[in-house]
Amino acid sequence: MSIAARRARYVVKRLLQAIPIVLAIVILNFFLLQLAEGDAVDVLAGEAGSATPEYMAELRAKFGLDQPLPVQLAVYLKNVVMFDLGYSFRHEMPVSELIFDRVLATLLLMVSTILFAVGFGIVLGLIAAMGLNTWRDTAISILSLITYATPLFWVGLMLIVVFSLNLGWFPTSGMENFAMFYEGWDRVFDIAHHLVLPTITLSLFYLALYTRLMRASMLEQAGQDYVTTARAKGVTERRIMFVHVLRNALLPVVTMAGVQVGALIGGSVIVESVFAWPGLGMLAFEALFARDLNLLLGIFLLSALLVVAVNLVVDIVYSSLDPRIEVG
Amino acid sequence: MTFWALFSRNKGAVVGLGILAVITVMAATAGLFFPQDPFSLAGKPMSGPGENGFLLGSDSLGRDVAAGIAHGAKTSLLIGLLATLVAVLVGVVMGALAGYYGGWIDNLLMRVTEMFQTIPSFVFAILLVAIMKPSIESIVIAIAIVSWPAVARLVRGEFLSLRNREFVQACHTLGMSDLRIMLVEILPNCLSPVIVIGSLMVATAILIESGLAFLGLGDPNIMSWGFQVGAGRTLLRSAWWVCTFPGIAILLTVLAINLVGEGINDALNPRLRERT
Amino acid sequence: MTRLLDITDLHVALPENSQRPYAVEKLDLHLDQNEILCVVGESGSGKSLTARAVMGLLPKPHVRIAKGVVSFNGEDLAAASDERLRQIRGSDISMIFQEPMTALNPVMTIGVQIDEVFRFHEKMPGRERRARALQLLRDVHLPDPEQTLNAYPHELSGGQRQRAMIAMALALDPQILIADEPTTALDVTTQAQVLKLIKEMQAAHNTGVLFITHDFGVVADIADRVAVMQNGLLVETGTTEQVLRRPEHPYTKSLIAAVPDLVPRPARPRSDETVLKVNGLEKVYRSGGGIFGGKERVVHAANKVTLDLARGETLGIVGESGSGKSTVARCIVRLNDADAGEILLGDVDLRPLGRAAMRPHRSKIQMVFQDPFASLNPRVRVGKIIAQGPLMYGATPEEARTRTLELLETVGLDERAHDRFPHEFSGGQRQRIGIARALALEPEILVADEPVSALDVSIQAQILKLLDEIRDKMNLSMVFITHDLRVAAQVCDRIAVMQRGKLVEIGPTGAMFANPKEPYTQELLAAVPGREWFAKEPSARAQVG
Repeated sequence: MSIAARRARYVVKRLLQAIPIVLAIVILNFFLLQLAEGDAVDVLAGEAGSATPEYMAELRAKFGLDQPLPVQLAVYLKNVVMFDLGYSFRHEMPVSELIFDRVLATLLLMVSTILFAVGFGIVLGLIAAMGLNTWRDTAISILSLITYATPLFWVGLMLIVVFSLNLGWFPTSGMENFAMFYEGWDRVFDIAHHLVLPTITLSLFYLALYTRLMRASMLEQAGQDYVTTARAKGVTERRIMFVHVLRNALLPVVTMAGVQVGALIGGSVIVESVFAWPGLGMLAFEALFARDLNLLLGIFLLSALLVVAVNLVVDIVYSSLDPRIEVG
Repeated sequence: MTFWALFSRNKGAVVGLGILAVITVMAATAGLFFPQDPFSLAGKPMSGPGENGFLLGSDSLGRDVAAGIAHGAKTSLLIGLLATLVAVLVGVVMGALAGYYGGWIDNLLMRVTEMFQTIPSFVFAILLVAIMKPSIESIVIAIAIVSWPAVARLVRGEFLSLRNREFVQACHTLGMSDLRIMLVEILPNCLSPVIVIGSLMVATAILIESGLAFLGLGDPNIMSWGFQVGAGRTLLRSAWWVCTFPGIAILLTVLAINLVGEGINDALNPRLRERT
Repeated sequence: MTRLLDITDLHVALPENSQRPYAVEKLDLHLDQNEILCVVGESGSGKSLTARAVMGLLPKPHVRIAKGVVSFNGEDLAAASDERLRQIRGSDISMIFQEPMTALNPVMTIGVQIDEVFRFHEKMPGRERRARALQLLRDVHLPDPEQTLNAYPHELSGGQRQRAMIAMALALDPQILIADEPTTALDVTTQAQVLKLIKEMQAAHNTGVLFITHDFGVVADIADRVAVMQNGLLVETGTTEQVLRRPEHPYTKSLIAAVPDLVPRPARPRSDETVLKVNGLEKVYRSGGGIFGGKERVVHAANKVTLDLARGETLGIVGESGSGKSTVARCIVRLNDADAGEILLGDVDLRPLGRAAMRPHRSKIQMVFQDPFASLNPRVRVGKIIAQGPLMYGATPEEARTRTLELLETVGLDERAHDRFPHEFSGGQRQRIGIARALALEPEILVADEPVSALDVSIQAQILKLLDEIRDKMNLSMVFITHDLRVAAQVCDRIAVMQRGKLVEIGPTGAMFANPKEPYTQELLAAVPGREWFAKEPSARAQVG
């Protein structure tokens, strides 16, 4: 079998393996919904003001709420497959539409954060590991210790105080300046300009995480037998570091990047609400304020699916880095 | 070498322990120095640090920021410890059963932790608190629910490797009961990583709690640092101190706990340290 | 003859607060062209660090050359710059290691790793490098060199990996090859092949080989000259003939005496009473598979194994890794559940018994484990480790204590051991504790799973002697699992040879050694290192032992 075919099969296999997880998440969501809503009819009836018991029973029948739980679950599953995530009474829009409006903004923030955090984390970890116990190592280690302990929302607010309010370098909130009606590249630059502070805020914690991981991983790999072998062959220290050690040391970092995607979405709720970034997190914050649990659950479900997708990508990347993973 | 001798080789850990001691004392004496309800109006609103008798200033409702920080310390430590305790207990039991017995228990547990790795845990915690209505109990439960799988995975791994160790097999050849093997033979040998992960989890729990409180999901009757920052964010332009000082309190506490956690790790796993 | 390497007054310093100041002290050693010099010693003798010092591969900055000259063709390597050392490594002096799995980079193909040697020493077009790499792989007799070039280390077997390592080391036809225990991690038949290969390559290229080993059998097979090291000091050098036949230093004598004979022990009368009978034992391991798992791997670890054990005899189960010998042992003590067959202890078939039903029989079969560091709970005191069994079976604390102290004495330990923790003891002492634990329940049958393979030779001999003594003293019957035929020859009355889950041959040790019937048994016997050497003249060794 060719390598491409094997890889394709691996992707399909991983996709199949993701199905039970997705199913479990959907079912979890269903039960949370049961817990949360109690009975959507109560809500509707409450909003309508007065409702007779007969009317409520009629409503229940209409929404299928008089059905036994398994039937309701089946209906819910069917709805999810059709991307029908319910209706947000606050926004008076289907939940799915609300979510799809916002998902791009969140994706943009996440991608820029992952690139920034993983990229700089690898570089800083590398610098720290190569200058073990020098001032550079100490400085990087202390910095990562501190950023590792800083609450995201506070970093965001402090960055706003310094860079937006005092220095005026970056905008305080939003994703773009609608008043200017930018188009083309101007609009891209405008969005990028808005993106800087949220990205840095969301990145800092993960930057610290990847820096520490990369440093530890480099040090561990540098002590392995194959490094001695490479030395015994007369390979230069440069190549030993950047080819032999680096490639092995990257493996746990890639794994961790996949694991942390879920946490990143959690962080984006906070960062987006601090910077009024119009993404899923901001939507979740609004939903929280409006007690719009239906919407909140929809966001939860979609973000979980997002993580499944990203994990799939990470797995595929990993399998191309580590030959020991069987793709066959 | 004794535990303390090993621990104190790590200077950062000693500093962390010092900071943590100060914060603990602060939490314990909050009622003494700030007997008033931290939610109450204590003087002129929007006073800067040092003005009008406010050590760290006051907010737009005239609440004392310093009093809030002192009382908030109680909340942070309490929730951090309680949530970690619950998570560790659940995690150890689940992990031990899964690692020792393997089979379907193990399969189930691995699926569950896989799911927990996939769902964004902070969003999940938000949801849980929102559904249960914000209160100390609901926050503790929510944090514990999103935290235990990490402990379970760790303990499972330890049990998995220890159950095949020859000293455990020797117990089997003696006919020892499973419960005794788990509790007396295996568990003491995997306590050190559990203690380490537990201490680091307190820090994470405090961060989660402050994040929840920042988003308005704190217990409305209890002062907390996250709540203070959240309440002060609209005053960023006019009263920077309202947000700044509680944030520093969170930072210091979490940093101190992380440092102590690493110190414990160095002390309990001396060999790991030599490697790095 | 050209002198390649001349080491004079070499001191290798250990970091402060180590057990001793120098790992290697006052070492004088030389290596000529076209010879194999074996440096022999037990763990901690400084033999490996000597090799690394020559290569400039000491773990910097903790361990360093404090004093002395390492002269390679007249150039002092101890004073050479890092860059010069790098040039020499891989081209003039190269090295192979003990564990080929970890010594190769797991994420790079064999081809790339061989190619590096060329790239960093000679300017050569890519096609020529590839052609030379292929030729190398052919030279070390790797099957399908084309495919091996593109293979990752984990795709090769242990022996193949070591061959690839050798190919890599010989890529630029070095003057010196340093081999650090290159066959220790391999099975005995593979070891024989790799040793043959090293010798063949050495002869073809006139290489000087510095061969580090702990195994006198290997020495006898491969060495032209021998240097014996103990605690960092060179205690004796000479030709193989001199050192093996007429050792002068007492340490050398004791080491050689400790090498178990391939000559079987004198046969003893066999009791008619059978204490244990294993009938058609089956055990299959499955891994992988499942709904999405792709191919399922099925390993038939025990395939219709039938054997019996007479009262008072020692039955050896011998085989290479993966032969299923440990599986059989573990099924007998019921650590693993066999899939089919009978395990008859007297009249009772143990195989189908549940936990509760098994309990009364547990005490009759006890086990001694391989790894003395993993077999004792590090958090429990020695006294309690031994007393645990009797206490569980209803002994009072006083009885258990008396019994424990008796057992400590039986296995040759001081009674002060009672209140200490396992980490305070050496490997050999721990193995004694493990034996005491197994004896605490007064078993009828002792199953020993590779009980001496983790120990140095001199300790091995003591433990084997101890096992022999207690068997006679306590009227035990023993099942002795080992991969080492020489060890088996020393302790076993009968031997069962296993290969890939099947019992190949079973019979009295003497008869089997004199006249092995099955080809695999013959192959195993032929592969024992130093076989001819040590079989020739047992009398010379008797006087020192």
